[in-house]
Amino acid sequence: MAVYEDWSTERAAQVIAEHRHLEGATMPILHALQETFGFVPDPAVPMIAESLNLSRAEVYGVLTFYHDFRRAAPGHHVVKMCAAEACQSMGGKALADYAEDRFGVGMGETSPDGKITLEPIYCLGLCACSPSALVDGQLVGRLDRAAIDEMAECFAAGKDFGDA
Amino acid sequence: MKSPRIFVPNDATAVACGANRVAHKLEHELLARGVTADITRNGSRGLFWLEPLIEVETEKGRVGYGPVKPSDVESLLHAGLLHGGDHPLCVGLVDEIPYLKKQTRLTFARVGIIDPLSLTDYEAHGGYRGLKRAMEIGPSATVEEVVESGLRGRGGAGFPTGIKWRTVAAAPAEQRYIVCNADEGDSGTFADRLIMEADPFCLIEGMTIAGLAVGATRGYVYSRSEYPLSFVVMEKAIEKARDAGLLGKNILGSGHDFDLEMRMGAGAYVCGEETALLESLEGKRGLVRAKPPLPAHKGLFQQPTVINNLVSLATVPVILDKGGSFYRDFGMGRSRGTMPIQLAGNIKYGGLFETAFGISLGELVNDIGGGTASGRPVKAVQAGGPLGAYLPVSQFDTPFDYEAFAAKDALIGHGGIVVFDDTVDLARMAHFAMEFCAHESCGKCTPCRIGSTRGAETLEKVIAGEKREQNLELLRDLCDTMKLGSLCALGGFTPYPVLSALNHFPEDFGATPSLPAAAE
Repeated sequence: MAVYEDWSTERAAQVIAEHRHLEGATMPILHALQETFGFVPDPAVPMIAESLNLSRAEVYGVLTFYHDFRRAAPGHHVVKMCAAEACQSMGGKALADYAEDRFGVGMGETSPDGKITLEPIYCLGLCACSPSALVDGQLVGRLDRAAIDEMAECFAAGKDFGDA
Repeated sequence: MKSPRIFVPNDATAVACGANRVAHKLEHELLARGVTADITRNGSRGLFWLEPLIEVETEKGRVGYGPVKPSDVESLLHAGLLHGGDHPLCVGLVDEIPYLKKQTRLTFARVGIIDPLSLTDYEAHGGYRGLKRAMEIGPSATVEEVVESGLRGRGGAGFPTGIKWRTVAAAPAEQRYIVCNADEGDSGTFADRLIMEADPFCLIEGMTIAGLAVGATRGYVYSRSEYPLSFVVMEKAIEKARDAGLLGKNILGSGHDFDLEMRMGAGAYVCGEETALLESLEGKRGLVRAKPPLPAHKGLFQQPTVINNLVSLATVPVILDKGGSFYRDFGMGRSRGTMPIQLAGNIKYGGLFETAFGISLGELVNDIGGGTASGRPVKAVQAGGPLGAYLPVSQFDTPFDYEAFAAKDALIGHGGIVVFDDTVDLARMAHFAMEFCAHESCGKCTPCRIGSTRGAETLEKVIAGEKREQNLELLRDLCDTMKLGSLCALGGFTPYPVLSALNHFPEDFGATPSLPAAAE
């Protein structure tokens, strides 16, 4: 489970300042903000725009174009299951359905208690040990129902996957 | 006595299969036994069904054990792991495993063998010989050496790399750039990832040679957020190269400057398209640019830019080291050299197989790959990623070659082959292709943006059995529009998986098999 800082204008300004010298700094800044806060809160948009001499619309456009960037906090645990062809060939779709049932959350959604975010991801490059997933930043290959069960149990017990 | 050297891979595949837990357990058990051993975290050899594969250096060579679970470690040590002792998991001398022995590893020569972050290892295995030779022969001769090699873009488009370099070198500019396209988004591919994680200096050397050859002083590697480990390894390698004077000002006293930086994408497949990638690097939405102007004339920040696939750039060191003609002597027809073919999906022996062009698809899937992992019959393979065609078993005689694939309305793409067994429903896969295109379309051109959504809807009707014949005709018409009217390969090539699925497996669409006689 990733731990993020609470939003603070000062901290955001600091993160922006650390990256603004880069060529094409928008993406590195958005990544850094998301790494710090877990998502890119709306008040960050005008700050980035001002720092890089861009319009708010341009920054908003970039923020919303890329699937990775979040505008709201994710669940405590984020499970990204590969939905691409190689994982489908190994039963990835059925496993994703199972995970939805087991976690009680739909694909692309966060559970109402804020515990789990379940999302599709398109290819982790683990296509010779499919199906695969990225569980709280940790790569998992040869995924099966037992691993999903273990995840669900760990999360319910307030632990990280693999810490059982 | 010299302490034994043990290798436990640290690349994404091995780690995803538990290599870190194995390494910890091994360290723990060695400590408990009071044994000192040197544990090197190498990259994978690319024999992924064996991961985690532990190797031990012996007098006869490196002996392997795999796939190892943490619970196997004690019994391995008991069986004499440190001396290459016998054990049910022992696979013998790794270099003698037929899967590896049958390969021609030029680009991937060091992968799995060395410590990825050891410059000493890298140089001991031929590293930086290419750059030194490039410095001796000078920029224009370096470009000509790459032209001579016949190397073509390994991202899939197959454009001659040397010609691209010539164009950039000749373009007047204040600043030229080298951009490495490491946005390896195709399902079934992991060659770029494996280079970054198992032999990162090879990419750094290739980009440095490119920089010297065309007069570029800055480079970017645009990789993916889905490859978190690659990013970390590359950043460390860049730092080490800088410290050793292999990046930065006046490289190795040559008077040439070149430095590079890692950049991370954010989950947009379309950014693997070169102009969308450049837009993204500039900090914008990943919208495809109309060509011309070509990136070679107006690329990153409107400056002349070499943008090459990672595998192309990582192949440059060996070309410079051994000569363009050495490389050109491998392969067939206009496909020269070797290709890292990635066997993936429902396959028994999945992994990376680098070989000269010309090997048949059937040999790859059945002889080398061992057929399906499920043990069921192979029904189809998708070659070349989400935009590549589905090929039936009847086309398994097709040689792996840019032109031979094109002649079958297929593409080799980045070299990925995803195997499906007989449980796959090709109508569903065709629907997925359209859905994926709709999900990933940058939205700039109408055929892709709207066509993909309409395509998915039409396929839903076909699958539901609604006016099947009319809807299939509509689908073909729509595919024509997307093919001919899209700005880039995303919209332009999505018809390949859709139409190949329909042509080769009409029964999955509920159509009568006799309908599309145009299949062959």
